[in-house]
Amino acid sequence: MSSASKLNPDDLISINYRPPETSWPSTPVDFRPGTWSYSGAAKNLSYLGLPNPRAWQPSDQDWKLPENWQDIILTGMKDRLDKYRSFRLFMDICVRCGACADKCHFYMGSGDPKNMPVLRGELLRSVYRRYFTTAGKLFGKLVGARDLTEDVLKEWFYYFHQCTECRRCSVFCPYGIDQAEITMLGRELLNLVGCNINWVIEPAANCFRTGNHLGIQPGGIKDMLEFIADDIEDRTGVRVNVPLNKKGADILFVAPSGDFFADPGTYTCMGYMMLFHEIGLNYTFSTYASEGGNFGLFTSHEMVKRLNAKIYAEAKRLGVKWIIGGECGHMWRVINQYMDTMNGPADFLSEPVSPVTGTRFENARATKMVHIAEFTADLIKQGKIRLDPRRNDHLRVTFHDSCNPARAMGLLEEPRYIINNVCNNFQEMAEDTIREKTLCCGAGAGLGNEENFEMRMRGGMPRAMAVKKVVESHGVNRLACICAIDRATLTSLMDFWVPQVKVMGVHELLANALIMTGEKERTTDLRGESLSI
Amino acid sequence: MGMALKTVKDIGIALILVLILAALPAVLSALGREILLTTILPYIALALFLAGFLWRILLWAKSPVPFRIPATCGQEKSLPWIKTNPVENPAGSMGVILRMFLEIFFFRSLFRNTKMEMNSQRPVYGSTQWLWFFGLLFHWSLLVVILRHLRFFTEPVLQGIEGLAALDGFFALAIPTIYLSDLALIAAVTFLLARRLAVAPLRYICLVQDYFALLLIAAIAGTGLWTRHIQPVDIVAVKAMVMGWLSFSPVAPQGISTVFMIHLFFVFFLLAWFPHSKLMHAPGIFLSPTRNLANNNRMARHINPWDYPVEVHTYAQYEDEFRDKMKAAGLPVEKE
Repeated sequence: MSSASKLNPDDLISINYRPPETSWPSTPVDFRPGTWSYSGAAKNLSYLGLPNPRAWQPSDQDWKLPENWQDIILTGMKDRLDKYRSFRLFMDICVRCGACADKCHFYMGSGDPKNMPVLRGELLRSVYRRYFTTAGKLFGKLVGARDLTEDVLKEWFYYFHQCTECRRCSVFCPYGIDQAEITMLGRELLNLVGCNINWVIEPAANCFRTGNHLGIQPGGIKDMLEFIADDIEDRTGVRVNVPLNKKGADILFVAPSGDFFADPGTYTCMGYMMLFHEIGLNYTFSTYASEGGNFGLFTSHEMVKRLNAKIYAEAKRLGVKWIIGGECGHMWRVINQYMDTMNGPADFLSEPVSPVTGTRFENARATKMVHIAEFTADLIKQGKIRLDPRRNDHLRVTFHDSCNPARAMGLLEEPRYIINNVCNNFQEMAEDTIREKTLCCGAGAGLGNEENFEMRMRGGMPRAMAVKKVVESHGVNRLACICAIDRATLTSLMDFWVPQVKVMGVHELLANALIMTGEKERTTDLRGESLSI
Repeated sequence: MGMALKTVKDIGIALILVLILAALPAVLSALGREILLTTILPYIALALFLAGFLWRILLWAKSPVPFRIPATCGQEKSLPWIKTNPVENPAGSMGVILRMFLEIFFFRSLFRNTKMEMNSQRPVYGSTQWLWFFGLLFHWSLLVVILRHLRFFTEPVLQGIEGLAALDGFFALAIPTIYLSDLALIAAVTFLLARRLAVAPLRYICLVQDYFALLLIAAIAGTGLWTRHIQPVDIVAVKAMVMGWLSFSPVAPQGISTVFMIHLFFVFFLLAWFPHSKLMHAPGIFLSPTRNLANNNRMARHINPWDYPVEVHTYAQYEDEFRDKMKAAGLPVEKE
């Protein structure tokens, strides 16, 4: 489907924020092309041992649900209410004040009231009331309780896949109710009856088998990294090593596989490799742990744990001291908030100490995994790398805080410190659109597929417009970020809304400026574009 | 049903419920059976409140917090030279306490509120503190009103309470003096209700109980003001009644107006309904895992009490599948 060709920004920007004339429980979901994702393919569900693999599409009338699907969902809800305090609490305490409503990029971009986080939550809350509260059992509709019907399930599917789990609503909620948590649990429930999307389940299945989302096999990873090393040599005259599955390395480096695979991620990968080469780091990539990203996060908590296990397992097998993680958004939510609890303790690793500066990364002393922006910021601060920021003078840069590092970690200053040291033209976007208030790319949480194009462009509109503002006021032409999904999805988003802006990783920007020992005179940046202004 | 009609219906139902609640004590009063209201009902209401409240808290407490999931709203603790935000992104319990304090007493997160508007085809984010202001006014004035009522519960009246009442009635606007907290409460309830009705998307999400909660509290405040300013109730008799409850020897008060009985019944109903309503956000905020946990997962291990082993794809399985390809690519293998 090429919904992309039919759409144009002028149409999409006229958004109707008037709610429909019919109340929300009596407004059925409309699976309009361009606003939903294809179903998970049976082979992927089977590979992962997930229930109800079958051929179906969300636009079908019959979703081929198991006969006792209601029991499965309700038992699943009960189970999760008993396991997650967050779930029970968030079902009970929302007062519907609406502070979250216009914080959601999908609501801003679509005007669909069911994309107000409060109402997206009510989709589940209404069923909770009906089956798990006395008032709901007694008074039903009067207190906003609903029976669990196929229409309700379809509504869940549609709207829990119009939430990128970005947590922006949670920042503004007076009780910290987190729609990301509700969406995660909602998607878990959908998974119990085999309702998921292929753009999540296929990467998850690939990741389980080959270690990375894209299904790249060991030889392929080696070829890609060698190819990237060739490009580095072409631009800099320096040949860097490609350490892979190397026992005895000090550090295991885990990046999102998107960075090996396609532009503009590959330029970020060049940046990692150039930096590690220049400081003489004894590190290794791994083909088995060839993915930091974790599409389990968009499937179920159990899947997060299953997919993330390989990182510690590989660190142990290779005998490294500790781990560095690359620029990836949701990967860092997993590492910061789940990894140690799920896959730890990492007592076989040692407390991370930078071999170059001697800095002890105390904030990672249990998990033993350091964000590359933390690692690099320390190198710059201690003066261990030489930089020529003028090599980025052809760029006017702004920075997009990725949702997860911002709101599930708080990694805000490190990337800015790097950017400020490696380029001379850095311009922040409006305050309400950065840091903890950052706006999503509109296509995280597994929604970055082609068939969902219209909804992606709608969801990304607020971010795009914030970029557009600094393009007009400051001539910005580059959008830097620390997330591989961003590098892919912001690229489409910019092409649609602000075509003059290209997307890059922070370590690409760094590597442009990095003075390497024995390098030739640089006339181009990593992309082969001329440095002259 | 059209939305306009639905809103009228919902708020109508809420209003009728409040009127029914008013009718019950009025009928009892007319029949001369107030004694039920003033002797048995206080205990039933309190028992329902305490039991329901405790039950709900225990239910929440019974569900563990498997993962540490604070929503971070500021810079993490990382390198020593990077300025952290110890309150919005706490790394330890002191920060968490401060964060919770600001959240509970000053509605920190609501203070961040913005209003998005499309301006020349571009979203702009204006700051809007109305909801924060009236929300805070509502809760604080309600607290003052409740504290002032403590004078009915102790003999002699606690000094702090007398002082609070004196401060609250500082302007001595009329006789008896009009309390500022009463005015504030009425103003805040009016705003919160008007907001729910005036803003279309908000109207769209409102349930009957959202209108009902505000109307009930407004009705409690209204009847309370009535018994103070329009048809003053015999304070001595009321106090004797309350002291009677406290000494478990309830007495039927004499010469108490019907409006006062309605006021009393509203309060009893509110108590009994509280644990089953969204008003449980009051204790709930204390337990909210996105707010009451430190962002220190990489520093200190958090245990999931129901953790269980899962099926993983081991390196051995991986190498078994790809061994030949790995060898062909010159990658080291564990087993030849």
